[in-house]
Amino acid sequence: MRPTIVKREPVVDDAMDRAEAKLTPQQIEKVINEVIDKETGGRLWTYINTCIHCGLCSEACHWFLSNDRDVSFAPVTKVKDTLWVMLKNKGAVDAAFIKRCSQIAHTECNVCRRCGMYCPFGIDIAYMMLVVRRICAKLEMVPLYLQDTVHSHAATMNQMWVKPDEWIDTLQWQEEEGQGYVPSARLPLEKEGAEIMYSVIGPEPKFLAQLLGNITVIMKVAGCDWTMPATAGWDNSNMAMYSGDFEVMARVERLHYETAQRLKVKKIVMGECGHAFRGAEYDGPTWIGWMRPPIPLVHAISFYYDLIKSGRIKIAKQIEGPVTVQYPCNVIRNAGLGSKLQYIMNAVCENFVDLIPNDRHAYCCNAGGGTINCGPPWKKIRVQSARLQSENFKRTGAHTIVTPCHNCHSGIEDVVDGYKLGMKVKFFSELLIEAMEIPEHLKA
Amino acid sequence: MYELVRGPLAWAAFIIFIAGSLYRILYMLAGSKKEKVVFPHMSLKHSLASLVHWVIPFNNQYMKQRPVFTAVSFAFHICLIVTPIFLLAHIILWDESWNISWWSLSETITDYMTIIVIAGCIFFLYRRLTDPVVKNVTDGSDYLLLAITALPFITGFIAYHQWFDYKTMLIIHILAGEIMLIAIPFTRLSHMLFFVFTRSYFGSEQGHVKHSKDW
Ligand code: HEM
Ligand code: HEM
Ligand code: SF4
Ligand code: SF4
Ligand code: SF4
Repeated sequence: MRPTIVKREPVVDDAMDRAEAKLTPQQIEKVINEVIDKETGGRLWTYINTCIHCGLCSEACHWFLSNDRDVSFAPVTKVKDTLWVMLKNKGAVDAAFIKRCSQIAHTECNVCRRCGMYCPFGIDIAYMMLVVRRICAKLEMVPLYLQDTVHSHAATMNQMWVKPDEWIDTLQWQEEEGQGYVPSARLPLEKEGAEIMYSVIGPEPKFLAQLLGNITVIMKVAGCDWTMPATAGWDNSNMAMYSGDFEVMARVERLHYETAQRLKVKKIVMGECGHAFRGAEYDGPTWIGWMRPPIPLVHAISFYYDLIKSGRIKIAKQIEGPVTVQYPCNVIRNAGLGSKLQYIMNAVCENFVDLIPNDRHAYCCNAGGGTINCGPPWKKIRVQSARLQSENFKRTGAHTIVTPCHNCHSGIEDVVDGYKLGMKVKFFSELLIEAMEIPEHLKA
Repeated sequence: MYELVRGPLAWAAFIIFIAGSLYRILYMLAGSKKEKVVFPHMSLKHSLASLVHWVIPFNNQYMKQRPVFTAVSFAFHICLIVTPIFLLAHIILWDESWNISWWSLSETITDYMTIIVIAGCIFFLYRRLTDPVVKNVTDGSDYLLLAITALPFITGFIAYHQWFDYKTMLIIHILAGEIMLIAIPFTRLSHMLFFVFTRSYFGSEQGHVKHSKDW
């Protein structure tokens, strides 16, 4: 089989360059065979032996479509250039090859599972890319910035090196911010037996603290019995799932649920994040062997859907002008919340302009799957490869793109910037705060 | 020679096809058992839903997006499977050897169906040579699979029309058919065996576990 022609601008990633210099062929061979033999089974074997090399999956991938159909970005090519070679050579490959594998699996695939939905056999290429990431992670071939977030998870149990006192300070500060809207709003810390534990991702207290103020108000208006932990375990995000460090991934998910159990809550409601939902709902529990979360996990989209549908939150004034939305793969295609998202968008916006394609067929924002966390070295190609979705946004003529996912939010800010779309990027809760009715008795 | 290919080799081919297929399926199931997620994720309802959307032509979004391919693929596969089973000449042979027979299609129809299969192979070959993505993932084995698929139909067609030396052609045809049967379990033609399983798993993971859909 002829090698794929790959044209890329050179990228300097210190961690990957260092790993390349130090890996030996023996190490590589051992790890590849270990992972293939011990951690994979019928799925990988069947996928490899069933794939008829028809190339139909390429039509699904925004990387391929955004790069003028460059074959090196097609899903099946990603498998060819990684696993086919590893399996054929029984693990005998060199360090440069592993580096390219990491580039493919970590930086050029969002594991968004759109291609799986377009393969006539339902071959899950995203799963295979996660196997490649696993091999790379065990060989310490992980992009620098992504690995830094994993180190942060391992050391602090949150993604952003947030210190315990910073966490509590931020919550208290945001409680006061919330009280600016609704004086009786509270952000209850460590309330044992509350109905809901609310958890967020590391970047919220770090960069987007106002979201915590918003939820304080929303919970008050909706009359929810909720709490947040004062200890580690508050962060529901999980970059280790995306680097391939599944041991750290499991520690993070365990602590998240153990914290909820310690607080004796009935369910966990989580902020607007796609990958965090995936890790806590699926990848974490299945790796640990629980299969399903031990405590029900509710994504913000479902939570707001219930509050609006049941009338616990009423809309006073819909957002004016055209507004569109990014359908985050991990809660839409891979969790089925598409129609709920449409419902809450229509409830809150006067003119919700849908994307084409929409719902589970919508394209990934191209930030997910850890690619945005690979950091500045990989930003250029990431934004370049989001061209397709940028055109889809442009067509809507919206003034605001709603992103119920943190990765999407940051990624789409880059897209709006890079393609001069001139649109605002907001979380759903930011719209909700503007649109919802604050009952008279709660006003100052 | 005819006696050999018609007798012991035919026996061998069918036995290898059936036993080999069973072996490969059992091997796949054993491998899947090793994985934590596969069996716990399976759901009959969502498996069937997935199959219904992918076995019926134009019943999912992507098939509608590529109508020519979908039409060719279905015509090709339906003729590929139906023709040899309901071919009069084959049924006569079953009748001679085993005294069993069943309903057959008219020879004119099977002749056209044979042409459809051969045309399908040419279409797939053309894609393989021209579509950049397909070309990039193609090696000798892909051409070999196409040849293994096409040959029984090409040689059967020639034999039926009695071009060249009939007896020789027939022997070549039977050999080609036997090669194809043997190849199914042990090459990626095994997609025939695994299709139901890969679809069922993806449909189940997508529907039962992830509350979404895969079409
Ligand atoms: C394994 C043993 C096989 C035997 C003994 C056998 C025997 C025959 C015979 C006797 C004919 C009739 C030729 C005539 O009409 O004079 C024939 C035709 C044909 N066979 Fe087979 N065959 C075998 C396997 C296969 C397989 C596996 C396939 C395809 C999957 C196949 C496809 C066909 C086709 C398409 C025709 C001709 C149809 C037409 O154009 O009318 N055969 N075969
Ligand atoms: C029930 C059984 C089968 C199913 C569900 C099935 C399904 C598929 C699918 C989904 C594809 C991918 C491309 C497309 O959609 O056409 C394909 C391609 C193909 N199949 Fe099958 N198949 C079956 C049986 C067979 C058999 C028995 C053969 C031959 C012995 C065969 C030969 C091929 C070939 C040659 C291709 C095209 C590969 C290429 O692109 O070059 N299939 N099949
Ligand atoms: S998972 Fe998404 S990003 Fe990765 S190859 Fe498939 S479609 Fe492309
Ligand atoms: S669509 Fe499926 S069978 Fe075809 S090349 Fe892609 S993964 Fe393989
Ligand atoms: S970042 Fe957003 S759109 Fe992209 S993979 Fe995640 S959820 Fe998908």
